[in-house]
Amino acid sequence: MSDITAPKLVRVPTWRRALEGTPWRRFVILAGLALAWELYARWLDNALLLPTLGATLSALWSAVLSGELPNRALTSLRVLITGYALGVAVAAVLTTLAALSRWGNEALGLLTSMFNPLPAIALLPIALLWFGVGTPSLIFVIVHSVLWPVALACYGGFLAVPPTLRMAGRNLGLSGGRFVAEILVPAAFPQILSGLRIGWAFAWRTLIAAELVFGVSARSGGIGWFIYTSRAQLETASVFAGLLTVILIGLLVEGVIFRSLTRITVQRWGQVQT
Amino acid sequence: MNVAPRLTGLVGDTASPALLELDHVSISYPTPDGILTAVEDVSFKIAAGERLVLLGPSGCGKSTLLRAVGGFLKPSAGELRMNGRRIGAPGPDRMTVFQEFDQLLPWRTVLGNVRYALERGKSMPRRDAEGIARRWLERVGLKNFVDAFPHTLSGGMKQRVAIARAFALEPALLLMDEPFAALDALTRRQMQDELLKLCEETGNTALFVTHGIDEAIRVGTRILALTPHPGRLAATFDVPPETRARGSSGFGELERRIQETVFSAPEVDHV
Repeated sequence: MSDITAPKLVRVPTWRRALEGTPWRRFVILAGLALAWELYARWLDNALLLPTLGATLSALWSAVLSGELPNRALTSLRVLITGYALGVAVAAVLTTLAALSRWGNEALGLLTSMFNPLPAIALLPIALLWFGVGTPSLIFVIVHSVLWPVALACYGGFLAVPPTLRMAGRNLGLSGGRFVAEILVPAAFPQILSGLRIGWAFAWRTLIAAELVFGVSARSGGIGWFIYTSRAQLETASVFAGLLTVILIGLLVEGVIFRSLTRITVQRWGQVQT
Repeated sequence: MNVAPRLTGLVGDTASPALLELDHVSISYPTPDGILTAVEDVSFKIAAGERLVLLGPSGCGKSTLLRAVGGFLKPSAGELRMNGRRIGAPGPDRMTVFQEFDQLLPWRTVLGNVRYALERGKSMPRRDAEGIARRWLERVGLKNFVDAFPHTLSGGMKQRVAIARAFALEPALLLMDEPFAALDALTRRQMQDELLKLCEETGNTALFVTHGIDEAIRVGTRILALTPHPGRLAATFDVPPETRARGSSGFGELERRIQETVFSAPEVDHV
């Protein structure tokens, strides 16, 4: 057969591409929000209810400099990552079983419909009974908050894999775990990725909430505890600094980790529109 | 390439030269309204080196039959045998080229798709697989696109990759499920010619499913016509090599004969 040649492409100037991108619009929105906060707080003039943005930032800065906030954040992140990894691993095992057998399929369907609507915080009393106050309890509730949404998204993704692609894989003699790992998982990656995102957000929320509940008794708490103690001492600016830290870490994970993961996988493979 | 068709694992006592044998095969599946019989009591054989075309209108069960040969479906009655052995699971000895463009793995490049198929289907080490994959992609005219991802290719190019992948694995039997049905008329015509050339060069045995009479005459050495609801064999036509050329008197004559025998209503021409 004769060779097909590639079409010629013209490069778009850099400034035009920068203008097309989203970052500068986001920056403008963010600046607007910051300005609104600052002006409203000045007008309100009540540092106990709403400190100004400036006061919040300086509280954040001194908490960072003293090393307290980084330590708290690190404690939270350590627990969070452990729980998240465990939750994703269990979800992977469950969905693999569900993809390979009818019993596994029914079991996953039943379990997710039972446990997915159950708020992780509602399990905290049980966790305290079983594991006592401390990290294991936190990890238990985080695993619960991650496991079901991730499993649901994975499994939904598996079901949406086109039958032709499944047949193309089986045609090569693939079956079992290899079929799941090399055909179903990459084919369902857009859904799996959004499941991982949702799982991450759920894990964060659960952790901060659980830390707030634990706050009183735990000796070395995370960011949730930082927020809790700051409120107890009526340092509202530090409460906001703690909240800002939660938001910043969330933005960082979303903007750096998940966005790069999306770019090098599903966007490159043409499974989602850029 | 292999010019001689390979005949491995022939069972001695059957003494049949058939590579594939369908023995009173019926296929039915459950639907919400009851059991639907898609194919009823179909028997035929394919000898090595033959290119058999299953021709018929939609609903005649031709794709269902092909899926059963591929091992993706089980017959409800009868038996399918390959080299005398009952067909079980799907396998790379029966590589299928599907109609749908999503048969390629979107997360692998053009080269990666063919190489991966060789690595898994033939348990080949990566370097050998890569060499063979490159050669086949060059053969189907895609040497400038080896590093492209499938979503950047046109429909015709995707089908070329699928064809290269299927031929690269040197299957004993090549299965084609209306591979050109979703292409535009010009591309389809070109692909038919190029496929014919590849088949003749490799001597590959093939089972081809189509609803286009002209496509059937163009690519097949023998045509089995099916009638729908349920799918049954209606007639067999041999295609002599000199008939295969478009515009030859034999081509038009055979086209008319098939039309009269199989399709009672005049069919809309596709090309």
